[in-house]
Amino acid sequence: MPGLKDVKTKIEGVSKTSQITKAMNMVASAKLRGAQEKMEAFRPYAEKFAEAMRDLSGGMEGSNLPLMEVREVKAVEIVVVTSDRGLCGSFNTNITTTAEKLMQKYEAEGKKVTFVTVGKKAAQAFRRSGKLRSQYNDIMGTFQMFNAREISQDITQQFVSGESDQVDLVYGKFHSVAVQKPEVEELLPIKPVEGGEEAAEKKETVTGAYIYEPEPEEIMEVLLPLYLNVQVYHAMIEVGASEHAARMTAMDNATNACKDMIDELTQLYNKARQAAITGELMDIVGGAEALKG
Amino acid sequence: MAQIHLEVVTPSGPVISDEVDIVTAPGVGGEFGVLANHAPFLSTIKTGTLSFKKDKQTKYLMVSGGFSEVSSNKITFLVESAEYGTDIDVDRAMRAKERAEKRLAQAQQAAEQINRARAEAALQRALARIKAAELSKQ
Repeated sequence: MPGLKDVKTKIEGVSKTSQITKAMNMVASAKLRGAQEKMEAFRPYAEKFAEAMRDLSGGMEGSNLPLMEVREVKAVEIVVVTSDRGLCGSFNTNITTTAEKLMQKYEAEGKKVTFVTVGKKAAQAFRRSGKLRSQYNDIMGTFQMFNAREISQDITQQFVSGESDQVDLVYGKFHSVAVQKPEVEELLPIKPVEGGEEAAEKKETVTGAYIYEPEPEEIMEVLLPLYLNVQVYHAMIEVGASEHAARMTAMDNATNACKDMIDELTQLYNKARQAAITGELMDIVGGAEALKG
Repeated sequence: MAQIHLEVVTPSGPVISDEVDIVTAPGVGGEFGVLANHAPFLSTIKTGTLSFKKDKQTKYLMVSGGFSEVSSNKITFLVESAEYGTDIDVDRAMRAKERAEKRLAQAQQAAEQINRARAEAALQRALARIKAAELSKQ
């Protein structure tokens, strides 16, 4: 049976930990609200952009826009987006393992793989692989469009110069507060967006009457890099929201685990105390018996 | 007077959604004006000042790179950023302008293309901000 004092110190320690995890949970939930607002604010932009891409990209298949060029794939670049900080359960590990599996798949096909990481946790995971081409750290908290632009310019350059023939994006998609899943998307080459029958019909009736300034190809030349920005930015805010949601859950679990542990320890403490009292009583009774003689 | 619906949307949310009389925007091929019932039209937008008139009042905004679409009496701007001229911090824009000019001069010597392009874009944005702020003051 452990000593009374030891158990008491342990209880105090655990309860302090639970205070921290509780505070972190509240901070994460406050930050999650902010991140979700950002996502909400971004949605109309993304939707309108996708709509315009649908309308425009249909007739672009034969064109020689550098960002839409489909080549034989020899080198793949994987952009991995994670959070900067840990303590959010298996969220970052899930993303990096997904990226790793993707890498193994491509390497089995004889393709060369390089990594671009966004967020410290991704950089930590791939630093030792020798395949890390560039990393962007400490930008996840702010979500500025210019950060996304910097990253997309970087990968565009690699793609256009022929260093990579395909660029994939791996990030944590925010499904709900309880569910965040790693998601793989193909970034480059940009494929014409399939709009289904409806869009094609709309195109027939509307596009003919549109006045383009400059020509559609030139518009696409401007639009495609912006579209890439939008996708990278989108991944960043998704990861931002997911990170806080994952941390909330992880910290909630930790707080509950602390509570269970405190309960167990308290029981142990009471048992130890009872045992001590019983022991003392036995001594007294034993002493009295001896005196009676 | 017939009005046209103006919408300016940025990644950080919609900036304007309103009925206005006329919109003037910095297109890549030059400035263009749009009145009510304009024909369907699609143009890319460069960094510059966008203005619109409503109730005899003209308002100015700084916008940076994107595109606009006119269809069914509605004009939508999808731009990376948009700020009202009245909200712009002129001192800050001035400082940004000087910084960009300095960087541009340095980049020219080193012939670094990316840095040059970046500095140029920053300079354009700073100039557009200053112009939008000045126009709003008048």
